Amino acid sequence: MQSISYVIKDPIGIHARPAGSLIKELGAFSSKVTIKRGADSCDGKKLLALMKLKVKQGETVVVEADGADEEATVKAAEAFLTKNL
Amino acid sequence: MITLKGKGVSVGIATGKLLFIDRSKFVPERKAITDVAGELQRFAHASKTAQDQLSKLAEEMKEKLGEEHAALFEVHSMMLADTDFTDPIRKIISEEVVCAEYATLRASTVLAQEFADLEDEYMSARAADVRDVAKRVIAVLSGAPVDPTSGPEQVILATDDFTPSETAQFDRSKVLALVSQAGAANSHTAIFARTMNIPAIIGLGASLSAGLSGLPVAVDGEGGELYVEPDADVVARLQEKAAKIKGERAQLEQYRGKPTVTKSGKKIKLYANIGSAKDADSAVNNDAEGVGLFRSEFLYLGRDDYPDEMVQFESYKTVAERLNGKLVVIRTLDIGADKQADYFKLPHEENPALGMRAIRICLTRKDLFKTQLRALYRASAFGNVAIMFPMISSVKELLQAKTITAEVRAELTEKNIKFNPDTPIGIMVETPASAIISDQLAREADFFSIGTNDLTQYTLAVDRQNESISEFVDTHHEAILRLIQMTVDNAHKAGIWAGICGSLGADPTLTQRFVDMGIDELSVEPSAILRLRSRINEMA
Repeated sequence: MQSISYVIKDPIGIHARPAGSLIKELGAFSSKVTIKRGADSCDGKKLLALMKLKVKQGETVVVEADGADEEATVKAAEAFLTKNL
Repeated sequence: MITLKGKGVSVGIATGKLLFIDRSKFVPERKAITDVAGELQRFAHASKTAQDQLSKLAEEMKEKLGEEHAALFEVHSMMLADTDFTDPIRKIISEEVVCAEYATLRASTVLAQEFADLEDEYMSARAADVRDVAKRVIAVLSGAPVDPTSGPEQVILATDDFTPSETAQFDRSKVLALVSQAGAANSHTAIFARTMNIPAIIGLGASLSAGLSGLPVAVDGEGGELYVEPDADVVARLQEKAAKIKGERAQLEQYRGKPTVTKSGKKIKLYANIGSAKDADSAVNNDAEGVGLFRSEFLYLGRDDYPDEMVQFESYKTVAERLNGKLVVIRTLDIGADKQADYFKLPHEENPALGMRAIRICLTRKDLFKTQLRALYRASAFGNVAIMFPMISSVKELLQAKTITAEVRAELTEKNIKFNPDTPIGIMVETPASAIISDQLAREADFFSIGTNDLTQYTLAVDRQNESISEFVDTHHEAILRLIQMTVDNAHKAGIWAGICGSLGADPTLTQRFVDMGIDELSVEPSAILRLRSRINEMA
């Protein structure tokens, strides 16, 4: 399993549009993805679940990937988060 | 007559018949079914149809309003593809043996409620998205038309809150105005109404109800008032207001395509200020005679790393080509002070307005500057480009910057890359120092563009962003006007042109004075161009 953590900088947090793009991005990988915020977590390939996680600015998210392409998955997640959020 | 007061979010006057979109009529009844498998299939089919509609809508929006509006429909489509959305619906159909319409409504209501409960305003606006998606599926299932503008009459549309997919589908020729009960800050109603150029009022509350449907109403999108069965006085007053707005717009239209010239024959170059390649359309659509200020720093903001030469080149080239031979003045990087990007890693400063910003960064970090200059020169082969340096305060700085441009030109020549070697190089006059020595600077620059915002801040020693001292900020201060006059005079003595690209340039109370000063160019927000041209063309 591989994981990365990232502090959200976007003033309105992970809102609908970037959430949609992130899910799309992660959906391309075969690994199982989990996104965590503190004690809460969700399936990293599910839009509504991620939106309901209501991640805000300044909060840390941890993206975990487990599977054949886990390294590429977390790298893609990190690149996306850094660029968009 | 009843008067309802809300918040006007899009200017304009409209009178007509109110059509209230009553959501309760869309509420499907709980109907028992016998064939669960068939019903599940019916739901799957409707869901697929709805997704197709959304993809098509996203395509259309991309063309009409740009990528950002389209993204929302893609998210809607993804919601429908999410099993967290569809599983509860399928579960209700299977376990309660009820129709898909009812199951969709109930499951989505539960989901929307979860979002509505979130404290965050932006997220809770997503409850509206969930309801919107569900409504679309229900409409497909029941074969009901979603479009209230399919009738023959023009109408003033009213509802609790318009959904983005509704507003996007409206037949624009049928909608006179939009009025809604709700009024969220992130309201789609406001954005769409302004894009469509029709009046809109939000936040009218529950007194705006289905009972008003079919009644004649009048909308004042500026005052935020909705008059139900307006009396003759109100109608007359609003008609007058409408005529005035319409007259003003039509009046301005006659200046489209005309030169900007006073009655005595003094010509003014009327250019647009833009911040991105996309804004070039706005400049052209508003009949700008060129771009007097392309703020290139916006290419650097909102990113996590420096834009490379290609990214910059594409952007500059797009604008140069869009302006089709008209002058495009591109200001080199003006970052620092109030415009910050983390990856520049600028050290914290006690006084950033007097610190490491604009040309000072470029002269300190030559590589960064050269990348931008290469992109600028390469774009110069595709249109009429000029380069402008910000925050110059000494001849030495200008000479240093020009030496670097010469190096870049030599490198490009060596690599056989096409560019315009005669690309004009001008400066922003925005420090008192540069205005005072403008006679010396004029010998080294091809043009001057006066940045009145910074010039005001530095001349009067007032921080523009500090509200507590706003009463001390006199933008018409004689000191500033004298510095402008001095700059214009020195430019003319050296045979170069001088313009204004700061916000003072669009101040109608100063236009006469600027023309009298001998200003050659005014660069303003695109929407101010026709108004300013009408003003200048009326001058003696």
